[in-house]
Amino acid sequence: MAATAAVRLHRRTLGIRRAFGPIADARGMARGMLWTGAGITLVFVLLAIFAPLLSPYSFDQYEVGHHRFAQLGHPGHGHILGTTVQSTDVLSRIVWGAQTELEVVALALAFGLVVGVPLGLIAGYFGGPLDRGAVLFMDAMFAFPPLLLAIVIAFLLGSSVSSGVLVAAVAITITYVPQYFRVVRNHVISVREEPYVEAARALGAKPFTILRRYVFFNVVQNVPVIATLNAADAVLTLTALGFLGYGVQPTQGAEWGYDVSRAVSDAASGIWWTGLFPGLAIVLLVTGLTLLGEGLNETINPVLRRRSIRKVDFAAPSLEPASEILEP
Amino acid sequence: MNQTGPSLKRYAITRIALVVPMVFILLTLVFLLMRVAPGNPVSAALGGHAPPAVIKAISHQLGYDKPVYVQYGHYLGQIIRGNFGTTISDRRSVGSIILVNGAATLELTFFAMLVALVVGTLVGLVSGRFRDSPLDTGGRLFGIVVYATPVFFLGLLAQLVFGVWLNWLPTSDQASPITQALMQTHTNIYVLDAIIDGNWSALKDIVEHLILPATTLGIVYGGVFIRLIRVNVIRTLKEDYIEAARARGINERSVVYRHAFRNALVPVITVIGLQLALLLGGAILTETTFNWPGIGHELYVYLQNRDYAAVQGIVVVFALVVVAASIVIDFANAFIDPRVRY
Repeated sequence: MAATAAVRLHRRTLGIRRAFGPIADARGMARGMLWTGAGITLVFVLLAIFAPLLSPYSFDQYEVGHHRFAQLGHPGHGHILGTTVQSTDVLSRIVWGAQTELEVVALALAFGLVVGVPLGLIAGYFGGPLDRGAVLFMDAMFAFPPLLLAIVIAFLLGSSVSSGVLVAAVAITITYVPQYFRVVRNHVISVREEPYVEAARALGAKPFTILRRYVFFNVVQNVPVIATLNAADAVLTLTALGFLGYGVQPTQGAEWGYDVSRAVSDAASGIWWTGLFPGLAIVLLVTGLTLLGEGLNETINPVLRRRSIRKVDFAAPSLEPASEILEP
Repeated sequence: MNQTGPSLKRYAITRIALVVPMVFILLTLVFLLMRVAPGNPVSAALGGHAPPAVIKAISHQLGYDKPVYVQYGHYLGQIIRGNFGTTISDRRSVGSIILVNGAATLELTFFAMLVALVVGTLVGLVSGRFRDSPLDTGGRLFGIVVYATPVFFLGLLAQLVFGVWLNWLPTSDQASPITQALMQTHTNIYVLDAIIDGNWSALKDIVEHLILPATTLGIVYGGVFIRLIRVNVIRTLKEDYIEAARARGINERSVVYRHAFRNALVPVITVIGLQLALLLGGAILTETTFNWPGIGHELYVYLQNRDYAAVQGIVVVFALVVVAASIVIDFANAFIDPRVRY
């Protein structure tokens, strides 16, 4: 028994090692992008988790004791990044904003995966009118500019759902479901015809067993890459919603897009700190997530992968520098 | 060659036939979305303070007191006739919003697309040509950062730098009030109107107003082209015909510029079509940032007023434009590349 357990453990770690192998093997720009992206993302995750400890004030705090902060105070003097027109601390709003952004994005990704992946699996595997109907419906959804769809959903939900985080997450989810659906479905269609799936079918496995044991793991490999890239996109959609006044409401939490929208009127009088810092936070977080996604894509996707392989010269002992890289 | 005619025609018919059910689903989806929302659309658009008798009268007048399936039938019938409805809050026909404000959006997106193509093509070609060089790294990073920048943030920075600090360019509206008052409208597209009249001082004013919004939107959307063109150049440079061209002794310059780059640019047509949905989304934000009187800006105002009829009409038009563009792009592709037809 112990031996089988050990073998099982070995098999499991083998799977993990195989999954992470390409990441350790990544070279050049892919490696740089992967680790830079991971680093930036990690910083924001830490900011979000430890916001109560790291942030000097609360996101909507405008006074200490009964001493109100300066309105539109310059950066410096107890407020490193200045204060807004409502006397709130810009730095605190950025730190708390990280929490809002990541909360919404995590929720939106989870919803999107839970809805999109099973739908894609079922439609792709069973085919027929169900598949055709689903594809038609998803294509119709695809015709909406994603931001427009998100705005309309947030607008409609805004009056009945009180949690702005939930409203924003659902609005963003709806724009991404067609994407997950498409990728998973198309992949399932090609996997469906593989010999090992046919073998399972010949052995009499039930459709859901086949889906769960044979199709699922072959199809989900692409999902982390799409999910990371979508997370970057989701931050942009969320901040756009916030900029237009939908989603997370100012009383519920700090949101960078909302802060930038308030700063547009400040800009006319040359006040730059209320807009610049939250805007940079958006750019930085989205860049981090994009680098992470692109890096993952280049390391996991075998078509794009470039490993360092030494050039072998059979005719003579190699005199070439070891850094010589063969094109894949 | 004789066969290309009929097969292209057949492709066109199939392609259009496939769109019909999709448009139907789309229209139904928008209708349902707007009806699922709680509350009476009329009372919402009137700010919720109008007396019940007034709401009832207006609801009756606009047909909101009829059963939902009757409203649905009426709605579909009207759209087939090209009537996208009337706003509740200010009783404008959606058609006139499209004509007047749509022209402003068209002006903005057209010039933004030009900027996006120029920026995207230049950076993408250089990045792809010199793959893995510092130029490439710079180009890719530029592409990523540009993609990561929300269009409204870039707009804000542009307003700060070029509008407030340098005071070079105006930061809001489509033209200054004087120009607007003195101008005659022919097409509602200000740039064209000024050219038609030969009114050069107005044109200068209009172009000055256009520069910041169009460049902002264009740079952000250039990011997608950078990525696409870079990958295409890399792929094309590996093709056999490039190798063949080199083997024939054609110099590298002409191989790269005449053979590789041209072929790398073909898929851009497809992406322009796909981009349109993104560009319209970006236009909503750009128009709001720069107070540009386009459809996106109108949509924002009607959303604020909770005018469901206006939102419904505008959303339908947006979606139809995207669908129509995708058909046009597919035809263009089929026309250029015979392999596409099926």
